[in-house]
Formats: sequence, C-alpha cells, structure tokens
Amino acid sequence: MRFIDEFRNAHLAYALVAQIKRQVHRPIRLMEFCGGHTHAILRFGIRKLLPAEVEMLSGPGCPVCVTSSTDLDRAIALSRIPGVILTTFGDMVRVRGTQGTLQSERVRGADVRIVYSPLDALKLAEKHPHRPVIFLGVGFETTAPGVAASVLEAEAKGLKNYFVFSLHKLTPPATQAILNAGEVRLSGILGPGHVTTVIGTDAWEFLASQYGVPIAVAGFEPLDILRAISMLADQIGKGRARVDNAYSRSVLPQGNHTALTIMNRVFEVSDAEWRGLGILTRSGLRLREMYAPFDASKAFQIAVSSSGEPPGCRCGEVLRGLLIPTECSLFRRVCNPENPVGPCMVSSEGACSAYLQFGDNEHEDRTD
Amino acid sequence: MNMKTEQIELAHGSGGRLMHELIGRLFHRHFSNSYLDVLGDAAVLPEQRGRLAFTTDSYVIRPIFFPGGDIGKLAVCGTVNDLSMVGAQPLYLSTGFILEEGLSFSDLERIVLSMAETANSAGVKIVAGDTKVVERGSADKIFINTSGVGWIREDVHLSSRKVRPGDRILVSGSIGDHGMAVLSKREGLEFSTFLESDCAPLNGLVHTLLGRHHGIRVMRDPTRGGLATTLIELAQESNLGFEIHETSIPVHEGVRAACELLGLDPFYVANEGKLIAIVSAEEADSLLATLRVHPLGKEASLIGRVVESHPKRVVLRTILGVTRMMEMLVAEQLPRIC
Amino acid sequence: MCLAIPVLIQEIEGAEAVVEIGGVKRKISLALTPETKVGQYVLIHAGYAIGVLDEEEAQETLKLLEEMAAYADGTEDSKELNPA
Repeated sequence: MRFIDEFRNAHLAYALVAQIKRQVHRPIRLMEFCGGHTHAILRFGIRKLLPAEVEMLSGPGCPVCVTSSTDLDRAIALSRIPGVILTTFGDMVRVRGTQGTLQSERVRGADVRIVYSPLDALKLAEKHPHRPVIFLGVGFETTAPGVAASVLEAEAKGLKNYFVFSLHKLTPPATQAILNAGEVRLSGILGPGHVTTVIGTDAWEFLASQYGVPIAVAGFEPLDILRAISMLADQIGKGRARVDNAYSRSVLPQGNHTALTIMNRVFEVSDAEWRGLGILTRSGLRLREMYAPFDASKAFQIAVSSSGEPPGCRCGEVLRGLLIPTECSLFRRVCNPENPVGPCMVSSEGACSAYLQFGDNEHEDRTD
Repeated sequence: MNMKTEQIELAHGSGGRLMHELIGRLFHRHFSNSYLDVLGDAAVLPEQRGRLAFTTDSYVIRPIFFPGGDIGKLAVCGTVNDLSMVGAQPLYLSTGFILEEGLSFSDLERIVLSMAETANSAGVKIVAGDTKVVERGSADKIFINTSGVGWIREDVHLSSRKVRPGDRILVSGSIGDHGMAVLSKREGLEFSTFLESDCAPLNGLVHTLLGRHHGIRVMRDPTRGGLATTLIELAQESNLGFEIHETSIPVHEGVRAACELLGLDPFYVANEGKLIAIVSAEEADSLLATLRVHPLGKEASLIGRVVESHPKRVVLRTILGVTRMMEMLVAEQLPRIC
Repeated sequence: MCLAIPVLIQEIEGAEAVVEIGGVKRKISLALTPETKVGQYVLIHAGYAIGVLDEEEAQETLKLLEEMAAYADGTEDSKELNPA
C-alpha cells in the first residue's frame, strides 16, 4: 500500500534508532499527544527499539477517552428519546457514563447505530425523514471539519431531521493545559500528524515561543514516528525549541484552509469539559447560532446531572502523562476490556487499552 | 403449494400440506440421498467401528449472501471443518432452519442449492433436517443450525496436550479474507472490493495431511476471533508459549487495505477455509510442502514455533523485529475512527 | 490521532470521489479538498479527504532516510541495524 509500506521499512527504522541513540545523551521525556501514536508505538514494538533514555508518555489525544462522563450521560439521554436514531463512531458505544453505555442502551431498545462517517448519518436522515437522526460528534480537528461539512450538506438539502451533538474538542488548548499544570516535565512533544494536516504547523508555534518546548509533528507509520523522535532529540540536544515537521508529505504550515474555513463556519469555540483535565476554556466546539436547527443540544431537552469519575479510576492521570497504565492499581485485574472502569481502557486508542493489547513489561528483549 | 410462491409464510412451518410440499420440493429434492429419502422420524445410519466425533453450530451471519459464499455454504463448511479439526472424517449432517415469515422463496432455494453443492463436494450427506417458520421480526431472514457426525481413524489422536516445545506452527493460507469480504457487503461499510470469503470444506485437505504426516499434534480453524484468538486458545490449552513472526503471516493486499480503512486488525478477523496446524519440528517442512501442493493450501506458511517461555502467552515478532504480546479481544472488533 | 489513510483518487464526480487502496475502493467526499485531481493521493478520515499527499515530499523524505541509513551502514553502527 502506497505511502504506508515504504514508511514501515525495518532497515530504515533501525537506522533511525541508531541515529537516535547517537543523539540522546541523557534521559528525555516525550509526550505523544495522540492516542494513535500510543497505539502505533506499541503495535510495532517501537518502544522496545528506543534507547532506555527516551521515555514516552501518552497524552490526552484520545477523543473518546477525554469525553466526560456527563457528556456520555447526555448522549445516552438523547438515545432514549423515542424515535431518535443515534449514530456514533464505533469506539463510543462501550464507554461508560453513570447510566451505562450506548451499547447497553441499544440492548434496552434504543436505536444506536455505528457509522463510519457523518455522511452515513446524513443518509439515514434522508432515508427516515420522520425520525430525528443525531450524530454524536466526537473527535478533534481532524474530524470536526467533516462534521461541519455534513451540516452544510444537510442545510443544502433542506433536511429537518439531521442533528449534531457536538463534543468536539481542540488540541492546542489541551496541550497548553498540560504544560500550564506543570505536573510533568516534558522535554518535547510528538505532535498529532492528522490534526496538524488540518490546523497547520503554525498552530503549534506557541509551544516554542511561549513555553520553549520543542514539538515534531509526526505521521503514524514507524518511520514517521522515529524520524520525529530523532528531530526532537536533535532539538533537545542543541537546546532549541521550534516546530519541526516530520510529516511533510501531508502537513503544511498553514494546514488545510478549506477544511478550517468550513469548520469555523459551522462551529465556534466554547469551553469544554475534558475528562482528566477538567473544564478548559475555549477548548471545544459548538454549533453557531445560525446552525441551531442542526444542534441536538438545542433541539432536544435533556437534563443530566453532573457526574464525576468512577471511584478509583485514574484515567485523568494517565491522560495527563502522570501515570503509565501499568502503574494504575486497577489495570488489568479490575479494569480491563471486559469490564472497563474508565474510557482509557475502552477506546482502542486509549493508553490503557493499547498497553493491555500490545504492551508487556515482563517480556523484555531490547536491542541494546 | 404454488411453487411460484414468492415468500415463506407461517403455514410453511406448521406441519400441514404447505410444509410437506416445501420440504419435498426443496429440501428433499436438493439434499437427496439414501438416508434422507427413507423419510423416517430419524435417519438410521450404518454401524461404525471406532470413535465418532460430533459437533453442532448455528449460523446467523449477515448479510446472508456475500462474495464467495452464503449462509448455507457456511453452515455446511463450518460443521465439516469442526469435525475435520479433531481428525474426523465428516459423514453425516443435520440441518435445522428457522425462517422468518417473508423470506423470499428464491433466496431460500439459492441457499439450499448452495448447501447441497457444498455437501456434495465435501462428500457428506445431509440426512436429517427440520424447518420452523417464525413471525416477521422474530428472526433475521434465516438462521441455520447444522450438527455433524464424523469418524476418527484409529491411529489419529489430535490434541493440544500433545504440543511440545520446539514444535512448529503453520497456517494453511491467507487470513482475514472471510471477515473482510462479509464486512464489505454490510450496510454502512460498503466498499467495492474483489475480496472473497475463503469459505471451503477442509476435510479433503485434512485427510491428505493426516494420511501423510503423523507428527501433527493438533489442528484448529481460526474462525470467529481470527488467527490471534485461536493461537491464544491453543497456547492456553497446551500451557506453552508461542512465538509468531508477523512477516510470515500471509495477508492479501486487499484484506490489509480494507483493515487499514476500517482500523481493524487482520489477525482478529474471521476465516472460514483455513487451518492452523502444530507439528513436530522434523515434519514441518514436509507438511508445508504437502499443504502448498493442495488447492486449499497454496499460500501455506510456517508462522512460528512453540517455546517453553511465557507459557499460555503468544508473542509476536513485529515487522520491526521486536516482540510484543498478542492478547484476546473481549468482544468483536469495532471499526476504529480515532 | 484519528485514523487517516492514504488513498488514490480514481474518479471524481462533483464533490465525491472513488478512491482506491490495495485494490479496495470506496466513495468519499472531497468537500474539504475541492482542488483535488484524479491521480492524486489524499488522506481520508471518516468519509472525507482531509489533505492531499505530496508525493515528491514523500520521496524526498525516503531519500533522506536512505542516505542516512547508507551512511550509518558504513560506520560502526551497522551491527545495530539488524537485531532480528
């Protein structure tokens, strides 16, 4: 597969690892913002290839993981409205709120359907003109533009039964929150390649200028990730802080102008609650007033009381890079995919799920 | 009954004239054999010496027609293969149908014909059956149960308990074909591909393998849950560790691409015409050669070995040459977006 | 984050395209990348193309990596290069 296989070349991967070993002289701590990076790093075994001085922490870049329990409860409340078809991406159906999961609602008779794209939800709305079709908008800047485009298409088609329940969030504010909290000392950040395809590397300049933290935007294949780590090691070694682009085949300084325009036309910035980080100002997206007819939070009255985390759940700390999944006392024994306590275990991009699926600290065979 | 009947009605399952006509004109006509044709309450089968194997499975797959097969073919192959995996030669099958009121007659006939064809090519006889019809909404078009009995040759003793460190692990061909072919047709995940289910009866292949190779410890077909799940089950049963090489697992490009698109892992995708065989180290190469000569084993590959370390766990050596664990999935994989 | 896959644009009809990867085809929306042409590669996510792939940049990147690997091959790092 073009643009995938070439970037999985083992020989080149080893060369990059060798380079990283030459570049790293003292322990460095990098945060891979993205759940997708955690997943890839574990799936390919990259963690094992890296020298011990490189510590990789996972961050809050898992849109499912950072959906708050209260928001989940709202989604469930929407699914209970008679006649509603609630459409959602796959991962969301097993996340637990205080009322259970969307999956358990489906078992009780709610019409909850997994879709691949908001366009599938649009098609359902066209097919069932007398039933409200609500799309659960979860995801960062990679996903929000598409959802925005679907609203514009619904408007153009004159659909009256298509709604979006926006739980979309923005990544730079979360990164800022982590740095502001100062809980973890980060040497550098592995930046989200697909988010940045949309928002552009310029959107990360503040990390260098305001925080002095280097960032290398990375794709998701092994060579992309290793190259980014090497770029970070280089910057750190030279005491520099700037935005490096290790995904130049896809990422530009200005990002995707059309996508951003469409996103900003339909959505406006709002405060949002991030599981594990609390309420972050100007970190979420809500539909603009003029798109109120498509806004599920305005079209439907749902009253849900605020809820906290399940007792003992330490997802918040995992999301903030304070805890490695294996350090959580609930990991595996109590909290596992069969019986997930927190969303980090449910989402396949969640750090805990990835560690369980791929990681194994008992089985060591580092190459050095 | 008017054979131009377009749809199955409740009356077709009620025991009356319509049902008898349906059975006669459809099931008995296409499944005909000396045992079935006797039309008794039960099939009377000839005496067998030696051990028998018996299995049952129900099939509820959606959609009922997919590239490379249908629910009927699957129902026959699934039971034939389960028997084959324990080293039994499949002999007789029963089929039970639960039909939803409103199922189109032509769909039903197409499925029955497919079952007959598959049973014929596998050399098994369908000797007993049952039909029920339920109200619209009480079943999803058609559910099929097949049970099967087979005979095990005296010198064949396959068991995961016979697995030893140093044994080699082989797979008979590419993985993930069935699951992705089915997904390609499912509503909401449509993409046009040339992927076909690998659904096939494996008894002929197994017969050849067992006839020639006495070092085979155990075989298993990686159906639901895919290659990874079956390997983990075998490792747990044998109480030994498995080391698998990712680069030696055959996956068709289309399956890889479809999995990338949906964020699925091909190692957990169902197969319906493949087997895993664990064999003594000395016989591994010759077993591989035997497989590769057979039409159902052309892409067979040696994918790993049995070890003493990490008992009950399966370790995968990734394409980057480092290892990681393979774990059971809790439930069906969901297409991943983020 | 978010799974986005590189695919080839085979056909364009209005704002929709038929894309292909590894022989598998799918219909997606070009609403976010309207300037795309047949023959180009795009990254798709949740039914939309979110960006066009720069093939030259990709080749450049790979070339750089190959040069680096070739250089390392000639030094004492070569024994690191094939641990498996």
